[in-house]
Amino acid sequence: MTVQREIVATPTLPQDLAANPVLSRWVTVHSDGTIDVRVGKVELGQGILTALAQIAAEELGVDIEQVRMPPANTARGPNEGQTSGSMSIIHSGSAVRAACAQVRAKFAAEAARGWDVDPDRVTVRQGVFRCDERAVSYGELAGLVDLDVAADPGAPLTSGDRSVLVGMSAARLDLPDKIAGRPRYIHDLALPGQLSGRVLRPPSPEARLLRVDESRLADLDVRLVRDGSFVGVVGADEAETMRAVKVLGDATTWEESDSLPDEDDLSAFLRSGPHETVEVLTPEGPEPEGRTISATYSRPFLAHGSMAPSCGIARWNDDGTLSVWSHSQGIHGLRAAIAQALDIDAERIEVEHAENAGCYGHNGADDAAFDAVLLAREVPGRPVQVQWSRQDELAWSPLASAMTADVRAVVDESGSVLSWRYDVWSQGHTSRPGYLGVPGLLAGAYLEQPWSYPAPGDPPAAAGAGTVRNGVPIYDFPDRGVTGHRLLETPIRTSAMRALGAYMNVFAIESFMDELALSAGADPLEYRLRHLGDARARSVLEAAARSAGWETPMEEGVGLGLGFARYKDKGAYCAVIAEVEAESDIRLRRLTIAVDVGRVVNPDGVRNQIEGGATQAASWTLKERVRFDRRRITSDDWESYPILRFSEAPEVFVEIVETPGAPSVGAGEAAQGPTAAAIANAVAAAIGVRVRDLPLTADAVVAAIEAAEG
Amino acid sequence: MTQAFELTVNGEHVRIETHPDTSLLHALRNDLGLKGTRFGCGLGLCGACFVRMDGQVVAACDTPMWSAEGRSVVTVEGLEPGEGLHRVQQALLDEQAAQCGFCVSGIIVNAATLLDTNPDADEATVVQALDRNLCRCGVQRRVVRAVLKARCEGPCHVTPEDAE
Repeated sequence: MTVQREIVATPTLPQDLAANPVLSRWVTVHSDGTIDVRVGKVELGQGILTALAQIAAEELGVDIEQVRMPPANTARGPNEGQTSGSMSIIHSGSAVRAACAQVRAKFAAEAARGWDVDPDRVTVRQGVFRCDERAVSYGELAGLVDLDVAADPGAPLTSGDRSVLVGMSAARLDLPDKIAGRPRYIHDLALPGQLSGRVLRPPSPEARLLRVDESRLADLDVRLVRDGSFVGVVGADEAETMRAVKVLGDATTWEESDSLPDEDDLSAFLRSGPHETVEVLTPEGPEPEGRTISATYSRPFLAHGSMAPSCGIARWNDDGTLSVWSHSQGIHGLRAAIAQALDIDAERIEVEHAENAGCYGHNGADDAAFDAVLLAREVPGRPVQVQWSRQDELAWSPLASAMTADVRAVVDESGSVLSWRYDVWSQGHTSRPGYLGVPGLLAGAYLEQPWSYPAPGDPPAAAGAGTVRNGVPIYDFPDRGVTGHRLLETPIRTSAMRALGAYMNVFAIESFMDELALSAGADPLEYRLRHLGDARARSVLEAAARSAGWETPMEEGVGLGLGFARYKDKGAYCAVIAEVEAESDIRLRRLTIAVDVGRVVNPDGVRNQIEGGATQAASWTLKERVRFDRRRITSDDWESYPILRFSEAPEVFVEIVETPGAPSVGAGEAAQGPTAAAIANAVAAAIGVRVRDLPLTADAVVAAIEAAEG
Repeated sequence: MTQAFELTVNGEHVRIETHPDTSLLHALRNDLGLKGTRFGCGLGLCGACFVRMDGQVVAACDTPMWSAEGRSVVTVEGLEPGEGLHRVQQALLDEQAAQCGFCVSGIIVNAATLLDTNPDADEATVVQALDRNLCRCGVQRRVVRAVLKARCEGPCHVTPEDAE
């Protein structure tokens, strides 16, 4: 079984429409005039469904209120793979645009046929087709137009209608419910007959369950479920299952062993191998003669830290089918993984997306869904909702890998770069369900017949890579070598988190650019522009510098720092300037950001994504580090894994630099790396000390000062 | 070994049969169907489950039912009598001050309680109050702007330092 989609290449249809060519998969027009637009992308808190609704409404020629965006579902709606990598606007946006343009053309043709006029004379506005004095609505035509037909590869990809809708800051469709406190999240679903499930995670990743003293649960109204070292409870009352799982913790005996690396020497762990080596850029010859400058940077393991612990719901139906509700980023991949794990036909499984709190990558969503599937198997016909605890969320979701990088440059007399060498070490950045040929679902490893897991992999270069994402600097250096080293023995479960390796690589490259500028006695902005031919890159950098007042002298102890990248080398350009005050502590006052995402679908959506991405990156950079001993993850609550608080959140100013005619690209991950580098560079500017190992805590600064003083 | 607990929720007298150790959060969500109060950590550390109890902002996840007996609880659903939105909710909507929205119920209860008792709260006071709430999507500054704006709805109190 494979989760790879069959993509039928046609020269004209957008990729996702070519893969799901039947128009009725995407669009249903109801007789009351409402239009369902089904997409395979899911709402993760990023506002994607609002942006796609804007595109659909524009192409259809209707008001956005007329469009409904049902949740993605494997049985209905297109398969668009994962919602990840800032690709939704590119892939789903173009597919929705083309599909809706064809639907509109079919309805216009039907109107023209009824009136016996040339279709070119029919116009549509606010859902009403007109020609001369005649008018007919989508709803009135609904029964006459057959959408159970394949999209025409020869048809135009857009109606050409550029209403005012795309490019407007349409209000988010989902926020009224969420702000009013109405049920909207998967946690809030209460299906008929629904039971509550809880899983007792092992005390450590390598632990194996020896015994369960079932008598301890005798007084509790729950049912025990055990399969190998997977153990949980199901009951009618959630509070009771919570008490039961606590009792179960004391009623189980486990065999444990040490398996985790030394948290205080991650560099040695990452470099020890074995590795898969990926030569991204191979130098043409040896490095030239000249002054050599080098540095090493690192980041620790990071946690997703979604505000809601993962949740999943499953029901084994009487007809032998399985229904699953999940906040997964990829419902089709999850379906295939469940089918593989339990050796059942994927066609018998239906997965529907249900919204949850913000998702920043491959977190515990799929795992919680599989937990629910396993518990629900014991109570056929009843839906079981599994709620993870905060501790499980922080300790058992896949983490983002620790990384370390060596950078070396040879410079000429003016300090400009003659050659550049970059090596980065990391665990892989994806182990999504099905990705490595195995289900990849947490509980699978603890079953009586366990699944074993290969080391996490990296997406291919065409999908933006993982360890080496953004490992190639955007600058015009004459001689470049870039190599990635992916660990093949990985005791800590890692997978995709916002920007993957790009956060670390941009932090390292852009920190080093400042170190080179300092060594050349050059202004960091001027030094970058000196090496930068890309016109869009230059204007984004210059825009950020202008709005931040780059030339303005700072007071004592305050510094400005710059970070810049083009996400995945072909996505959004983003320049961040951080203003940091460093006295007894580091205070990030302000982030000034310029971004070029091509054609803007929703300006406030772009701003919100950039503000949020930069603020989250500030949290990673200033505070975050997954802690563990040799046996288990120990940072499992908000005290042991602190994140940015309101009093620490910087003011963020976002300027959108428009490039007319450039295709739309995603905004969700563009700010991560540049923000990290900007903060580190601002700290160096403020106090003259370079911190190369994240997080950039007050302790790290003190250590760097002591190291600098020798 | 359930027990009956009587309390007032959003102005209505309610009676809940449950275990004394059941949290107020689970009683609100499961027994009363008030899903607006969210489960975020179960440890009183994130603020997603904030409710107002006898005027104080408390973490419902950390409040056992035995301690809620006889109290008056207001949840995000009950901040504004009737169907409308509280001015803090309206301001969050106007400013689009949310991404995933999961943390906002607790933020709204906290900010509304602050403004109801201190309508002139300045920015530092708002930030200090909201420091008990975590947000992972990074909309903190939007939220602060929205709360300051909410303060000016109805009778507006603009303090001199804000007027700059």
